[in-house]
Amino acid sequence: MKRVRLGTGAGYSGDRIEPAVELAEAGDIRYLVFECLAERTIALAQLAKRRDPSAGFDPLLTDRMMAVLPACRRNGITIITNMGAANPHAAGAAVSAVARSLGLGPLRVAIVTGDDVTEIIRARQDLTIEETGAPVSSLADSLVSANAYLGAEPIVRALKAGADIVITGRVADPSLFLAPLVHEFGWAADDWRLMGKGTLVGHLMECAGQVSGGYFADPGYKDVPNLARLGFPIAEVAADGAATITKVAGSGGLITGATCREQLLYEVHDPARYLTPDVAADFSGVSITEAGPDQVRVDGGGGAARPASLKVSLGYGDGYIGEGQISYAGPGALARARLACDIVAERLRIIGLPLRELRLDLIGVDAIHGPELSAAAPEPYEVRLRVAGRTHTLKDAERIGNEVEGLYTNGPAGGGGATKMAKEVIAVQSTLIPRELVNPQVHMMEVQP
Amino acid sequence: MKLRDLAHSRTGDKGNTSNISVIAYRAEDYARLEAAVTVERVRHHLGALIQGEVVRYALPGLGALNFVLTRTLGGGVTRSLALDAHGKCLSSAILDLDI
Repeated sequence: MKRVRLGTGAGYSGDRIEPAVELAEAGDIRYLVFECLAERTIALAQLAKRRDPSAGFDPLLTDRMMAVLPACRRNGITIITNMGAANPHAAGAAVSAVARSLGLGPLRVAIVTGDDVTEIIRARQDLTIEETGAPVSSLADSLVSANAYLGAEPIVRALKAGADIVITGRVADPSLFLAPLVHEFGWAADDWRLMGKGTLVGHLMECAGQVSGGYFADPGYKDVPNLARLGFPIAEVAADGAATITKVAGSGGLITGATCREQLLYEVHDPARYLTPDVAADFSGVSITEAGPDQVRVDGGGGAARPASLKVSLGYGDGYIGEGQISYAGPGALARARLACDIVAERLRIIGLPLRELRLDLIGVDAIHGPELSAAAPEPYEVRLRVAGRTHTLKDAERIGNEVEGLYTNGPAGGGGATKMAKEVIAVQSTLIPRELVNPQVHMMEVQP
Repeated sequence: MKLRDLAHSRTGDKGNTSNISVIAYRAEDYARLEAAVTVERVRHHLGALIQGEVVRYALPGLGALNFVLTRTLGGGVTRSLALDAHGKCLSSAILDLDI
């Protein structure tokens, strides 16, 4: 039976670069997929593009392509990535420039667009925001961007047209992996069982190292070898959708039933209905079997008809966040940090700062799980006060950090290491739009040597 | 005994909703997890960290439970004031449950 080997070159925009090179050189793979576009990243990229029409794609795109393109060309590996973010055309131009500078041509770079539905959303203000039930019109001028999650179809089209590199904006993460399977095996887009199985493979692969031992180690309970040299995953997929998850021999990390089960449920709600633009995938009957060292067999996924609507991420301006931190250490550290906390809270009242929300944490005590779960913990040697607040203006946000920094000369004894920051917040909510309003397009760029 | 002795866990986030998996190390311990790690216990254990609903999905074939917690992430990673805006550390909180 025909088998196709896919590798994951990145699981988020800042991910390590060398594991992708290792896969391209020694992974015996046909496709290398880079998933680099988080929920909010595309809204930030839209803002960047607005300021500079040649910007708005992944900042590490050129570095990644410089690193992997020679081995990918040598070994006949097709690259698929959503690093186009808000500007796939500019990303395509950047990749073409890399290829030319390395003397690697001819090659075909496919650009997938159509995910940017900002104008459609502005014209359809009756749509409802999923999280709040409010109409999209309530975002009014604060709306920065609207990007629909595209499915595998336009990527399949690009592969059929002979693309060596496919660059997209917002595409559902598993669809980046499903597309080459559909292309290679000729799966029908309405074969929901196969769409579900391919989506399962994509879901396991989309976070790169998170299935091959990354984000897994818990010393004494779950030990993982050589995380500094973590190998990224390879999926060897058969025409019936069954897959083996593995990695390059000798790389760090490990792939076991446990690492695959953790990643299977990562960011999943109802496991019987994992919704993507391609399918309502069903992971509830999946079987995970260890077939050898760093080889796990995955089978049994299924699916039902794809949703009629596409999910759209709405990026919108949501005010500003200001933050300040300062540390206390040694005897009485906790008491001094608590005093510092009280002082800042009182100061913010005295100066009458208009705050939409305020949060006071003691890092090392209760910042992560709150005061209840940490109530019985022993007193730490050192404590860091963190004050974070939401404001309407950047100037107000800056005043929060200033009040924390002011503890140097006005607060308890021995405060050190104060830091402060203030930032604009682009938040994300979602809505659903009818599929037929979205028109994905593929543009081919020919790169000559 | 702590849940950590029988199971491992990972947290995921989508918008303002968190999901926490609880996965038995050994298949034979799954029934014990299913009986002991209930929605009520998780809600009680995490207390004020959960602002919304808790739903549990059972996956006996994988020896796993999946808890979905709505309105738990301060509006979601893109706007939360929390230090751990993704809520990624919640998996460690749940493993501290007494079994």
